[in-house]
Amino acid sequence: MTATPLRDQATGFGGLTQQQRRRIRQRALLAIKYFVLTVLAILFLFPIAWSLLNSLKQPSESLAIPPTYLPTRIVFDNYTQLKTFGNYGVVGHVENSAIVALMTVFGSLVLSTLGGYGFARFNFPGKNALFIMVLSTLMIPFQSILIPLFVMLVRFELNDTLPGLALVYITFQLPFGIFLMRNSFLAVPREIEEAALLDGCSSLSLLYRMMLRLVLPGIVTVAIYAFINSWNEFLAALIFMSDQDKFTLPVFLTLVRSGIYGTVDWGALQAGVIVAIFPCLVVFLLLQRYYINGLIGGAVNN
Amino acid sequence: MLFVTVFFIIPLAMTLFMSFHDWPLIGEQSWIGTTNYTELAKDRQYLKSLDFTFRYTLLVTPPIFILGFILASLVRHNIRFIGIFRTIFFLPVVIGLGVSSLLWVWMLDQRVGIFNKILLDLHLIEKPQLFLAKPTTAMNVIILSVVWKTVGFTMILLLAGLQSIPDELYESADVDGAGYFRKLLYITLPLMRRTIALALILSVIGSVLAFDQFYIITRGGPRNSTISIVYWIFNNSFTYWKMGYGSAISIVLLGILVTLSSIQYYVLRERY
Repeated sequence: MTATPLRDQATGFGGLTQQQRRRIRQRALLAIKYFVLTVLAILFLFPIAWSLLNSLKQPSESLAIPPTYLPTRIVFDNYTQLKTFGNYGVVGHVENSAIVALMTVFGSLVLSTLGGYGFARFNFPGKNALFIMVLSTLMIPFQSILIPLFVMLVRFELNDTLPGLALVYITFQLPFGIFLMRNSFLAVPREIEEAALLDGCSSLSLLYRMMLRLVLPGIVTVAIYAFINSWNEFLAALIFMSDQDKFTLPVFLTLVRSGIYGTVDWGALQAGVIVAIFPCLVVFLLLQRYYINGLIGGAVNN
Repeated sequence: MLFVTVFFIIPLAMTLFMSFHDWPLIGEQSWIGTTNYTELAKDRQYLKSLDFTFRYTLLVTPPIFILGFILASLVRHNIRFIGIFRTIFFLPVVIGLGVSSLLWVWMLDQRVGIFNKILLDLHLIEKPQLFLAKPTTAMNVIILSVVWKTVGFTMILLLAGLQSIPDELYESADVDGAGYFRKLLYITLPLMRRTIALALILSVIGSVLAFDQFYIITRGGPRNSTISIVYWIFNNSFTYWKMGYGSAISIVLLGILVTLSSIQYYVLRERY
């Protein structure tokens, strides 16, 4: 009796050695892990996939009660309907969103790069205090300053204009952008710059010719964030725009949902949702690394 | 720099200034002192919104954190195809909250929604449910949608924290014969305290500022039970055009946020 457990430990049941047993155990654990991961992945993808599937149904099928699981026929009617949807067609609202997003990307890039370069390389009185001020604005949620921003935009007659909205978005992007660009510039060794200055480069042409290439990852990150945030933003767009033709895509889609254009056309709405999701997914999938690095860098350091 | 001053400092001062005024959209603004603030104490909906926002924050934070932690643990090691899984879990984060809310409101619909269809087909329910008609189910489905949308963010933060723990610690624990939970309790959690604090605080801040999901999914209903504090600011300022009063609520919100951020700053500064 006393010998049996000892032998069991050494060879295990079925005559397997302990090492073999451990390997089987590890294999099984790994298989379970993949199974769990796959199930979770399907659950996570489900809403997007479901929306995509529905947008490809025939318009009448999209409205079926109860809904069908798979489209009986794949058609793009819901997308072609988008052209004439609302007063202005979804295309117009996509354009609005794209214009605002591009202006935001451009504006945030120029200002963050110049600001970040200034903070990283020049010494001026009050620099630290100013930088802390920039950072502390990260603590102020834009939700709490919406009212005065609105009053200011009205005063400057910029409310209800796309550049006005872009201006607001640029401001929301700046603290993060300046912070990130400053860190990028600080990571570039001074020696490289000094060599260029000796060769007779002015500071601006130095920034333009050399530094921009060296801090490209930072620039890409700022651009992605500016794009995705302005493309997706809802509350400010809802408040600052009152002319329906100037609504950005998310605000317009909400209007569709509220049934202002008659009964809710769910098929077209899902086609619109897919149009709204698509650019973000593409940008993210292509430039994932920059996005994640920005997230971790921004969150951990501020 | 000028930009930041113009768009943050001035508005901040203006919010404060406006909060002491009766400030309609059209017509005269007038100084009314602290009346807006004393009104607050009498405003039942304001108190309700405050209470609702806190309740929502308390309810939504644990699932996001726990699921985020489980996901981060699952995708921690670089096994084959793991990059694909990380990407999939993170995908909903880059979708706008407004758009994702539209997606969910449609999935939850009692007639064309997929949830009712699946539940009916599985015979879990007998007739289509109006998920958004009851305060508790409305809250639950909103939490579900927000968890889906934001858990990837928490996952990535925690993953970065997990990966910064040296493998040697786990190896020596293995030698000592420590099981999974002992390792979790004595190595992982203590070393990740800062990351965990960060993930929790960011998630709390996000929840306190919640607006889109309530505006789109429940429209504040049923019976005004899902009006968050930002929603109440929005209603007062841009539906009733009482911008002075809206500013007063904004100041309260700002106070809450600055407190949270200070806690964040304090916790993250501390060295363990």
